[in-house]
Amino acid sequence: MSRLENTFKALKQNSKKALIPFVTAGDPNPEVTVPLLHSMVKAGANVIELGVPFSDPMAEGPIIQAACERALKHNIGLDDVFAMVKAFRQDDDETPIVLMGYLNPIEVKGYDNFAKLASEAGVDGIITVDMPPDEAEKYNLAFHAFGLDTIYLVAPTSTPDRIEKICRNSRGFVYYVSLKGVTGVAHIDTDSIAEKVSQIRAQTDMPVGVGFGIKDAESALAVAKVADAVIVGSEIVKRVAEFANNPAEMQQSIAELLTSMRNAIDNYK
Amino acid sequence: MSTTTDEIIKEKSWTEMPDERGHFANFGGAFVAETLMAPIAELVKAYEHYKNDPDFIAEFDHDLAHYVGRPSPLYFAEAWTKRLGGAQIYLKREDLNHTGAHKVNNTVGQALLAKKMGKTRVIAETGAGQHGVATATVAARLGMDCVVYMGEEDIRRQTSNVYRMRLLGAEVVPVYSGSKTLKDALNEALRDWVTNVDDTFYIIGTVAGPHPYPMLVRDFQSIIGREAREQILEQAGRLPDQLIACVGGGSNAIGLFYPFLNDAEVKLTGVEGAGEGIETGKHAAPLCAGQSGVLHGNRTYLMEDKDGQIIETHCISAGLDYPGVGPEHAWLKDVGRAEYVAINDKEALQGFHDLTRIEGIIPALESSHALAYTSKIAPAMKKDQIIIVNLSGRGDKDIHTVAEIEGIKV
Repeated sequence: MSRLENTFKALKQNSKKALIPFVTAGDPNPEVTVPLLHSMVKAGANVIELGVPFSDPMAEGPIIQAACERALKHNIGLDDVFAMVKAFRQDDDETPIVLMGYLNPIEVKGYDNFAKLASEAGVDGIITVDMPPDEAEKYNLAFHAFGLDTIYLVAPTSTPDRIEKICRNSRGFVYYVSLKGVTGVAHIDTDSIAEKVSQIRAQTDMPVGVGFGIKDAESALAVAKVADAVIVGSEIVKRVAEFANNPAEMQQSIAELLTSMRNAIDNYK
Repeated sequence: MSTTTDEIIKEKSWTEMPDERGHFANFGGAFVAETLMAPIAELVKAYEHYKNDPDFIAEFDHDLAHYVGRPSPLYFAEAWTKRLGGAQIYLKREDLNHTGAHKVNNTVGQALLAKKMGKTRVIAETGAGQHGVATATVAARLGMDCVVYMGEEDIRRQTSNVYRMRLLGAEVVPVYSGSKTLKDALNEALRDWVTNVDDTFYIIGTVAGPHPYPMLVRDFQSIIGREAREQILEQAGRLPDQLIACVGGGSNAIGLFYPFLNDAEVKLTGVEGAGEGIETGKHAAPLCAGQSGVLHGNRTYLMEDKDGQIIETHCISAGLDYPGVGPEHAWLKDVGRAEYVAINDKEALQGFHDLTRIEGIIPALESSHALAYTSKIAPAMKKDQIIIVNLSGRGDKDIHTVAEIEGIKV
């Protein structure tokens, strides 16, 4: 059983929801990342979503674009990301790590080679923003052969037959991007999220995560009421940027945010 | 996929691409975020309908004739031919179009499509500003809101085109991310489209982007080759031996090449920007010196580093300064139907001066790459051979760049 399956199963048995924070690998410098991941797990993260920096992050808003640029100043590539995951795995062999990024760095490695290296490093799943299931036949074969979960995104604009296709190609969990537009902007609409999540549940028994626009305990709770996982990105990356020169304060600020979310989603009845 | 390509090669029917999902064999496709899959499907459906709709075709043809000023002449460059002493050189005069380049053929077509689809707002990316101006132009005419994304660096370099767009009523939005040039403007336009899919039509300026753009832009630009084919048959009584066009994203080249693809005897040559020289790494020649990858929604040849990060391009002409290229060119290169070469900044400048002094035509720096390559190969060709060069745009926009390089104050 994969780490993602284990994690979601255990949460479900305890009637809990997953909290999934996102950070960009190597932002603002490579030394910060691994200790930050451990501190996020301590603060209540169940799964880590680790961003792979890309020069042209087309679906990101300004906050995550800037994170990519900070990481790329240190030339962080996939090999560095794998090394970080390996280092993380020395002290934590349970928390699933999902890489989120764009297709071109994976294309350059080659699907099979990438899958082998990622799986050896201890990566559990892959989200590739610009890889729709329609183009993903070889990609899925390669990744599934190495036990990597392929996670695909559902958007507010996804039609029912697209949702079906996305669920069919997904492993681990299905990721609902709750807003049109780019990461880190605008407000969430919980009614429309509930409706879309129920459309997804009609197609799959897999857990459903919701991301985009979750920034505090209140919005985390609203999402946790309808989804299996709450994904937090831009709000964390904002704090990385704010405390770029002080890793201890950065960890503390992010831990406070995650703890408040953890408490909110664990305590509602 | 490979069987399709094999069949095409065997049948010599090169015009059948792409397949229904936008693949040119291994290239092309639609590699976009899920949010864009719905608007792309909507666009595919609308285009499939309108491209066969007699009213749409009639309106497009009418606009090309009366607004753009088509057909553009095919001009026999007699003086330049004599000077080079070899093949006969004809120029397809896209520089004489309204707004001064081939770009407007495509924006007229896409804006018409936007109107038919009930969209009220158009957006575009631009590098040098030619596509931005061509988009602002058609938006003004149709009374649509228009937002043009342009890298901060390009805004600084192309102030007159920025002013032109603003005069036409467009909002020019500076892009501060990445290298602050064309590729970043394209990223930002995609972000806008993701956010405003309901009322917005994204007018892409070249044969790149996700399916159906490479096909749709090619179809609108193919008017160049259809006219040229007819004109050369009328003027010379036969097909040309070679077509030469510059390639940035590749829309003027594919527009000229496409109607000749099945004429196996016509050699097709695309000319990329070698910048400071291919060997320096400072160039814009992904077909000559890049590798296959995925950017801006399609698989094609790219300029990238070992980690798959897109690298900055260098070229004297902003219109060629793009790290990718249309997927159909990538395919035509791989199957050997077209060849791709590169011309450096210095050679392009010489081409610019040559045509200006010898024919009294100031060419765009983009087109000057095609001209420079022509002057390399024409002298060794026979006098009864024919070359058609796509003069894709006029050089008025470039005179400040040229003057600055040559240390002249204008």
